[in-house]
Amino acid sequence: MTAVTQPDWQAICQRDDLVAGGGVCALLGQEHVALFYLPAQERSLYALGNYDPIGCASVLSRGIVGSIGERLVVASPLYKQHFDLVTGECLEEASAAVPVYEVRLDGDSVLIRG
Amino acid sequence: MSELDIVVIGNGMVGHHFVKTLVESGAPVRITVLGEEPRPAYDRVHLSDVFGGSAPEALALTDRETYESWGVQAHFGEPVSSIDTAGKAVVTSLGRRFSYDKLVMATGSYPFVPPVPGHEHKRCLTYRTIDDLGEIRARAKDSRVGVVVGGGLLGLECANALKNLGLETHVVEFAPGLMGVQLDPGGSGMLRRKIEALDVRVHTGKNTSNIGAGDSCALKMEFADDTELQTDMIVFSAGIRPRDELAREAGLALGERGGIVVNSSLQTSDADIYAIGECALYEGRIYGLVAPGYRMAEAVAQQIAGSEGAFTGADMSTKLKLLGVDVGSIGDAHGRSPGAISFVFSDERKEVYKRIVTSADAKHLLGAVLVGDCGEYDSLLQYHLNDIELPAEPEALIAPAMGDAPVLGVAALPATATVCSCHNVTKGDIVSALDQGCCDLAGVKSATAASTGCGGCAAMLKNLVEDELAARGVVVDKSLCEHFPYTRQELYHLVRVGELKSFDALLAAHGRGSGCDICKPAVASILASLWNDHVLDAAHATLQDTNDRFLANMQKDGTYSIVPRVAGGEITPDKLVVLGEVAKKYDLYTKITGGQRIDLFGARVEQLPLIWRELVDAGFETGHAYGKALRTVKSCVGSTWCRYGVQDSVGMAILIENRYKGLRAPHKLKSAVSGCTRECAEAQSKDFGVIATEHGWNLYVCGNGGMKPRHADLFATDLDDATLIRYIDRFLMFYVRTADRLQRTSTWMDNLEGGIDYLREVVIEDSLGIGAELEAQMAHVIDSYQCEWKTTIDDPQKARRFRSFVNSEEQDNTVTFVTEREQKRPGRKVKAQAQRIAVGE
Ligand code: SRM
Ligand SMILES: Cc1cc2nc3c(=O)[nH]c(=O)nc-3n(C[C@H](O)[C@H](O)[C@H](O)COP(=O)(O)OP(=O)(O)OC[C@H]3O[C@@H](n4cnc5c(N)ncnc54)[C@H](O)[C@@H]3O)c2cc1C
Ligand code: SF4
Ligand code: FES
Repeated sequence: MTAVTQPDWQAICQRDDLVAGGGVCALLGQEHVALFYLPAQERSLYALGNYDPIGCASVLSRGIVGSIGERLVVASPLYKQHFDLVTGECLEEASAAVPVYEVRLDGDSVLIRG
Repeated sequence: MSELDIVVIGNGMVGHHFVKTLVESGAPVRITVLGEEPRPAYDRVHLSDVFGGSAPEALALTDRETYESWGVQAHFGEPVSSIDTAGKAVVTSLGRRFSYDKLVMATGSYPFVPPVPGHEHKRCLTYRTIDDLGEIRARAKDSRVGVVVGGGLLGLECANALKNLGLETHVVEFAPGLMGVQLDPGGSGMLRRKIEALDVRVHTGKNTSNIGAGDSCALKMEFADDTELQTDMIVFSAGIRPRDELAREAGLALGERGGIVVNSSLQTSDADIYAIGECALYEGRIYGLVAPGYRMAEAVAQQIAGSEGAFTGADMSTKLKLLGVDVGSIGDAHGRSPGAISFVFSDERKEVYKRIVTSADAKHLLGAVLVGDCGEYDSLLQYHLNDIELPAEPEALIAPAMGDAPVLGVAALPATATVCSCHNVTKGDIVSALDQGCCDLAGVKSATAASTGCGGCAAMLKNLVEDELAARGVVVDKSLCEHFPYTRQELYHLVRVGELKSFDALLAAHGRGSGCDICKPAVASILASLWNDHVLDAAHATLQDTNDRFLANMQKDGTYSIVPRVAGGEITPDKLVVLGEVAKKYDLYTKITGGQRIDLFGARVEQLPLIWRELVDAGFETGHAYGKALRTVKSCVGSTWCRYGVQDSVGMAILIENRYKGLRAPHKLKSAVSGCTRECAEAQSKDFGVIATEHGWNLYVCGNGGMKPRHADLFATDLDDATLIRYIDRFLMFYVRTADRLQRTSTWMDNLEGGIDYLREVVIEDSLGIGAELEAQMAHVIDSYQCEWKTTIDDPQKARRFRSFVNSEEQDNTVTFVTEREQKRPGRKVKAQAQRIAVGE
């Protein structure tokens, strides 16, 4: 039997490090991960790559979070393109998606798989 | 009825309009078009746009496929060489013969070249066709100086083209003034001043006697008065002459000075041959504009289609922008009508000249000249065309706004009023287009063709359509975004009246969804203007736009800049030393800004609180360079040092800057104070600017630099300090209350019904009775001021948000710097030009 190697869940920070209604950035190894905390939503945690492939800077966690139609998005603080919090897709430029991470809360611990 | 054979000679603007009108009439005809130029009709009126960068193809009025689909047989590049009136046929340059039942001549005109010795030199050109454009452009490449012969409408247009091509440009005119046909001497003189200020050299009263080889340039022009001018190329634009050679050979009647004579049915001396456009001479007159040509084309098309159609002359009023100067001429500009009287307004400082010519009883407008400001053109034209009775004091029509100018509102126009003269569209046509279901400007344009010609009627059409739509109760959607069905102004009201203190409260009460990057910062700004809580309080922090969120401007690489306030631009040596020391310690790129202060660039987010700690301890405050808030109040040295200063401009600038610092607004606010009329602080380019006078201060409002610069308007004069401040308080708060999101004061005022006069009523006369309220609101903002950076670094919860990573002290390794001119700057990125969506911070 071949074991499927799934990366393990690991604690990345505390709930207290998050900003309600917005994002923060955390390091996962060498990767920059943007964590968005939206307590008012049914699903409260989202994680995307922090690097904005259009503005070419590690800044997505500093963007404004909101909704466009049914989709939850973050607007890049540099040139305002919107990235889908669930899929990582860029709404304005199909070729520019960012990675998505699985993330969840365990008590006050924020766990991420990656 | 059998099909008539219609042959059209010439496929210029008018020839094409004729074909189009006839096809659209559905008359049973076979149309053959014979054109000399190698391409189908194009928009000659906008020829010069090509020098401004648009492609020649963009001028096309039609194409071969369209003609084919209309069943029109068209041959381009095949001029007609003779007309056989007896055999009712034309013969082309290729020897082909086409029979006609009715022949329409639309051969236009050619530029007149005076027969000066040397005029055939290859550096002497003309300007009428797309091909001419190509030649002018090619010649300009190896030229430094260019001369336009002719200071009429086309000559000046051509001068603009030469200027755009980078040539030192001269205009040589035979007559004593520019645009002698359309302008009276006063208007012509003002136009000359304005054009010379643009560095186009004007030589009037010059009769060219010879063109020969030059010394410093390729050519030398010699004039009858023994003067000369060296140039590398010459473009002749000394008037037009009708192309009547075919008609002459065919024996048709011509005018004494040329032109194919036509009657009011546009028939020539041969009843089966029509002439239309610039080749036709009607009542001794050639109509050198498109609109009359179009009327002629329509009249002939109507006759052929079997209905009545006649031409009874046309209005030659024009409104143009020549070299960026507004020029308007209506009717009898020279006041030559018997008994006519004139009213003249001339302002040599603002370089505006206006004249109206009325009947002896001053009841009817016969003509007008406008130079430098065509604001009243539309109104005046309507008075003239519709013979509407003038107000009792007609001079008020052109006098600068001292009170209510009796401008004709679109609502007051009769249904017969012509709105678009190019396409002969009346107000009635537009109203019926709306009645038949058009619901916006674009719809009306495509249904009526209004405003698709010269474009001169665009502003009036827009007004009319909006006015009519409003009268029909059509609501234009002005929602801020999908989350709030309200304008910014309405939201402001809801927040103020409902005393709502947070975005969530507003969203719950009046919105839907989760908000977005449009409404969140807009509401954050409203909350700040009204209640002035700290923008990084937990309820507000994530609403803030990029720069407000970290109280600093984000740079292209994700680092930030730091701009401490330097009120009025005055700074002590000690403070300068501190800025230098801090910049050195944190290795920040240092630059003097355009706003009289110092910007430190390249700080990482976690360095911001450390840097600001040092700055705050040294007595600096935040400069709000990141906010839609008061930015700088520039000053000049003023009476303290300057030998010309009449008031202490530095003191006033500091007072103003400290008073309004921290005020958040729909867009950023800038100000300046100058110590005398020399205006070294550039106050007239600011949202509100102050200039010292012997007796106090003049206040200017609603100016800006930036993308679309606008000079501020003089708002009030010789104010004492207290009155000045009171007016500014009210002005600013009224702006904060009523402007749209990201609308600077200038656009706000442009959209304010009643404009500057209304603003004066509200601020100075307190016509709305809200003066005290506005002042109280300003007092609240001033009293609740805090330095946002000081509060932030003093509050551990807030300061904690400034971290690159929540789980590591590491630095952002994507940020790299290189050294240039002894300072650091960001390393170049792979994808240098990112696609930009939003302008602004
Ligand atoms: C630093 C400075 C250029 C400089 O090196 O001199 C500057 C830099 C920026 N300007 Fe400016 N402007 C600066 C003076 C000006 C001026 C000149 C002035 O104020 O006298 C103007 C024209 C005057 C005016 O605004 O009317 C000016 C017209 C603009 C505009 C166009 C505004 C407009 O209405 O068209 C923008 C874009 C915007 O605000 O939406 C802009 C936006 C910006 C932003 C904030 C864009 C951004 O978000 O990255 C730049 C970042 C500054 C930073 O990181 O600190 N900047 N900018 C100047 C800062 C002055 C200060 O001390 O605060
Ligand atoms: C630079 C410039 C700016 C202008 N600006 C304005 C403006 O702002 N407002 C305004 O109202 N007017 C303006 N005009 C004038 C306007 O362009 C003319 O009034 C209009 O083009 C006249 O149309 P037309 O069809 O009579 O002549 P044209 O457009 O000149 O067309 C005549 C056509 O007939 C062809 N032709 C001649 N002889 C023969 C033949 N024997 N066989 C076949 N074809 C022949 C010619 O080659 C030409 O293509 C401007 C003109 C120029 C050059
Ligand atoms: S504006 Fe007047 S006072 Fe100010 S520096 Fe210029 S000349 Fe001097
Ligand atoms: S007046 Fe020329 S487009 Fe309307």
